[in-house]
Amino acid sequence: MNDMTPDRDDRSANLKGMGCSRKRVEDVRFTQGKGNYVDDVKLPGMLHGDFVRSPYAHARIKSINTEAAMALDGVVAVLTAEDLAPLNLHWMPTLAGDKQMVLADGKVLFQGQEVAFVVARDRYVAADAVELVEVDYEELPVLVDPFEALQSDVVLREDLEPGADGAHGPRKHHNHIFLWEAGDEATTNQVLENAEVVAEETMYYHRTHPCPLETCGSVASMDKVNGKLTLWGTFQAPHVVRTVASLLSGIEEHNIRVISPDIGGGFGNKVGVYPGYVCSIVASIVTGKPVKWIEDRMENLMSTAFARDYWMTGRISATKEGKITGLHCHVTADHGAFDACADPTKYPAGFMNICTGSYDIPVAYLGVDGVYTNKAPGGVSYRCSFRVTEAVYFIERMIEVLAIELNMDAAELRRINFIKKEQFPYKAALGWEYDSGDYHTAWDKALKTVEYDALRREQAERIEAFKRGETRKLMGIGLSFFTEIVGAGPVKNCDILGMGMFDSCEIRIHPTGSAIARLGTISQGQGHATTFAQILASETGIPADSITIEEGDTDTAPYGLGTYGSRSTPVAGAATALAGRKIRAKAQMIAAYLLEVHDDDVEFDVDRFVVKGAPERFKTMKEIAYAAYNQAIPGVEPGLEAVSYYDPPNMTYPFGAYVCVMDIDVDTGVPEIRRFYALDDCGTRINPMIIEGQVHGGLTEALAVALGQEIAYDDLGNVKTGTLMDFFLPTAWETPNYETDHTVTPSPHHPIGAKGVGESPHVGGVPCFSNAVQDAFRAFGLRHTHMPHDHWRIWKTANDLGLHG
Amino acid sequence: MIPAAFEYHRPADMADVIALLEEHGDDARVMAGGHSLIPMMKLRMAEIPHLIDLQDVAGLKGITVADGRVTLGAMVTQHELIQHQGLADAAPILREAALVIADPQVRYMGTVGGNVANGDPGNDMPGLMQCLDAEFTLVGPDGERTVSARDFCEAAYMTEREDEEVLTAISFDAPAGGYAYEKQKRKIGDYATAAAAVILQKDGGTCTAASIAMTNLSDVPVWSEAAGEALTGTTVDAAAVSAAVQAVLDDIDPVEDNRGPVAFKRHVAGIILTRAIQRAWDRA
Repeated sequence: MNDMTPDRDDRSANLKGMGCSRKRVEDVRFTQGKGNYVDDVKLPGMLHGDFVRSPYAHARIKSINTEAAMALDGVVAVLTAEDLAPLNLHWMPTLAGDKQMVLADGKVLFQGQEVAFVVARDRYVAADAVELVEVDYEELPVLVDPFEALQSDVVLREDLEPGADGAHGPRKHHNHIFLWEAGDEATTNQVLENAEVVAEETMYYHRTHPCPLETCGSVASMDKVNGKLTLWGTFQAPHVVRTVASLLSGIEEHNIRVISPDIGGGFGNKVGVYPGYVCSIVASIVTGKPVKWIEDRMENLMSTAFARDYWMTGRISATKEGKITGLHCHVTADHGAFDACADPTKYPAGFMNICTGSYDIPVAYLGVDGVYTNKAPGGVSYRCSFRVTEAVYFIERMIEVLAIELNMDAAELRRINFIKKEQFPYKAALGWEYDSGDYHTAWDKALKTVEYDALRREQAERIEAFKRGETRKLMGIGLSFFTEIVGAGPVKNCDILGMGMFDSCEIRIHPTGSAIARLGTISQGQGHATTFAQILASETGIPADSITIEEGDTDTAPYGLGTYGSRSTPVAGAATALAGRKIRAKAQMIAAYLLEVHDDDVEFDVDRFVVKGAPERFKTMKEIAYAAYNQAIPGVEPGLEAVSYYDPPNMTYPFGAYVCVMDIDVDTGVPEIRRFYALDDCGTRINPMIIEGQVHGGLTEALAVALGQEIAYDDLGNVKTGTLMDFFLPTAWETPNYETDHTVTPSPHHPIGAKGVGESPHVGGVPCFSNAVQDAFRAFGLRHTHMPHDHWRIWKTANDLGLHG
Repeated sequence: MIPAAFEYHRPADMADVIALLEEHGDDARVMAGGHSLIPMMKLRMAEIPHLIDLQDVAGLKGITVADGRVTLGAMVTQHELIQHQGLADAAPILREAALVIADPQVRYMGTVGGNVANGDPGNDMPGLMQCLDAEFTLVGPDGERTVSARDFCEAAYMTEREDEEVLTAISFDAPAGGYAYEKQKRKIGDYATAAAAVILQKDGGTCTAASIAMTNLSDVPVWSEAAGEALTGTTVDAAAVSAAVQAVLDDIDPVEDNRGPVAFKRHVAGIILTRAIQRAWDRA
């Protein structure tokens, strides 16, 4: 009754399930220019919005005159805070428990802040009208330095009640936001005081920006007849946007449909809620027409969420033999004008308390002071889980500084202090429970592959040659070992605006044995349509090519918290696997009925259920799906569908070992990356080709941040790096070759053992590139120098060390 | 990044171009590749009510090498400079320089005429043309005239060209001897932190002639006569190179920007020049 049975391996290969380097199904449309991004949304009668932005970083607004702009042919409306106030939309809540001006309410607090929103029939007219809005500013003293802000009499946030607590406890100064602490400070200080060796260092992790290729934007369409609002936008969390939009506007949630179409990169930049989204909604409600807002590159760099901007001071203690005994970390965190950091509610400094890294450190303390300044708000996780790049950079620099203090090899110092395989699950001093790891194996493999000892010998020879005047190039060996903390997160301690950070998957198997699955996440280039189909293929026996994956439409997809912080695979991937298992469980009952045996007498075999001990008797998933819809089966509902909402029991902890070999031209400050080796352990590997692509992308963004990418301000709060001329976005030209490698240590608590990988290379890459630069100068007395290591700063390091003669 | 409204003109001959320039005066600008002008318009740093596109104007294209003289039509793109074998044989320094200008996409559009006529101190071609002692042909209401590249730039974006004139061609003698164009930049597409164009002639072991020009180290390109003289008559030994570097350092006047402070730029200028001289000398 069945066709000739193909070989089991052939059947398995045909599924293109987990472990297969399946080609990305999305790329067919992306490589042919057939993607559908928010700016591709064009609706009849659509109007266009554009912002009047503040040229000043801190100024009082004395008046706004919109007459000339309104008089321009084609201008429909010019909205100011005064217009939004009656709707109570001139301010909006931030994800961090603060509030933020939608349009300037009496004053501006950063350059580029939104002051008025012009709505016109044509994008060009809107831009012309922006020039005609007259704003009378009175300049105020500008604070761009967080340390100065904490001393200054200048009050940035006059809207906040003096002396009142903030969202995260007491504020000790009018420009102070919070102090967030973890660990045991008293014991840590005691250990440090009595330690044999202590190394101390202050490092600035500069402000940068995720800078996705596609900037942020939205199209709002309010249908006044049926009362429904449709909102297309660049949202990494469309369901959260719907809930927030409902709470802000008073429109019931079922009357709001949020759609994230194709998204051209997010990297955290598209997690936040921006004034442009709100203004496009209000403008559509006011005009009854669809309103589009798309920011340009300069607006994106200047006003939508930045990343990093942490001043970190560390003290680390060890025995003379190099065993670490304690770690103290204090951070002064520059949050800009409003606290709009995108972190889980209970974590105003994200997961900065993962800063003990991959090391067995018995006692530690972390304190983070958040500070207001006259810079753009934000503080997103740029290709990392919440503040994890900062944490890993901190500990990986502290290890290097400690190695200098101990006069020890930094690779060996790491090895001595790694958490051992048998210590997992490992409870870290600052509270997290690491799920699994095998750091020594990964480290040894990395060092062996790059022939670490030979590299050190070559470096020593180079130093001697340099001293003899035979070369002007120094060699740096950058090391980093990182542990990420991703997959936020358990609802018991992770929420955003009160919404637990679960995620979801809903599957429908069609009668002919193909399927559609929808998830609460949204791909921004990660390839979800490819990889989630692979998980389902392995779980249900339906070929990945026969499974459609959809995300991003809140009318059709199940509720989920979105894609950022490497949470899609750890959370939605788990939901997908579990939903697939529900399908399989029902399929088993149907198969048993069709085969006239008891449920327990059939077992799953790649793409079918077979009678135990009689493999010639089976039903394929295709046959089972057909029967599910077309055959009356006693006690079983028709249809084959499943839903799973997954609340993860713990985070997942991917890790990796990176090595960078760099040659540095001491005279010009130009670094040249000779070799970069990246070993990643992300647990179970779903699609090795996509993993490799993620590693390449994350490393390239790490190279950018380490070697030049920054948002810099002058003393007056003017953005100095507002275009791609000065903001470093590497192209293929600047990108070195990467060697990738892996070990596999599955997560014990994840249904398929996967941990997430998209952000690991960024987290591990930044300290690796930075350590390579700094290592090149170690022999000449360098202890630490701040990123970004662009040409002139590297040159200055050499100059300060007297290497220019 | 949305320009103000403008009229777009696309004349087919130079007479019409000049007529439009005369009619609209300061309100009109000609556009070659557009890769400097259009961004300025989109940033609204340049408001150009009348934009005159030169791409249909006859006679502005083409590279000729004849009797040791090279002539480049103003509308020759950087890409065409790179591709032209006759030019690579006659004046390989042009190819070497064009390869470090912007990126391939920009080089398909960006022109040599636009590069020199815009008067941007960051552009590579003006300095190179000074090194080559090129002549620029300008056509205006009163006919045609030539201006030496070394006299062309007055200040940033200010040149000898009158508002009603169009730069139509560049010509120079195919250089003899060794050459090098050396440029340090932060990334592809960037302007130079420092760049040096060097042409040296060698007879026996002695330098018989030297021409040196620097880019993006002042508000105009810097052709340093003194630097050339410092090398001429020497064996281009360390002392001579050092004297040439010192001469250049006396002539340049860099300003601090995101590429770095003045001290860094001066130091790098010396290093880049030293390397350019060494490479040119090896090739001479």
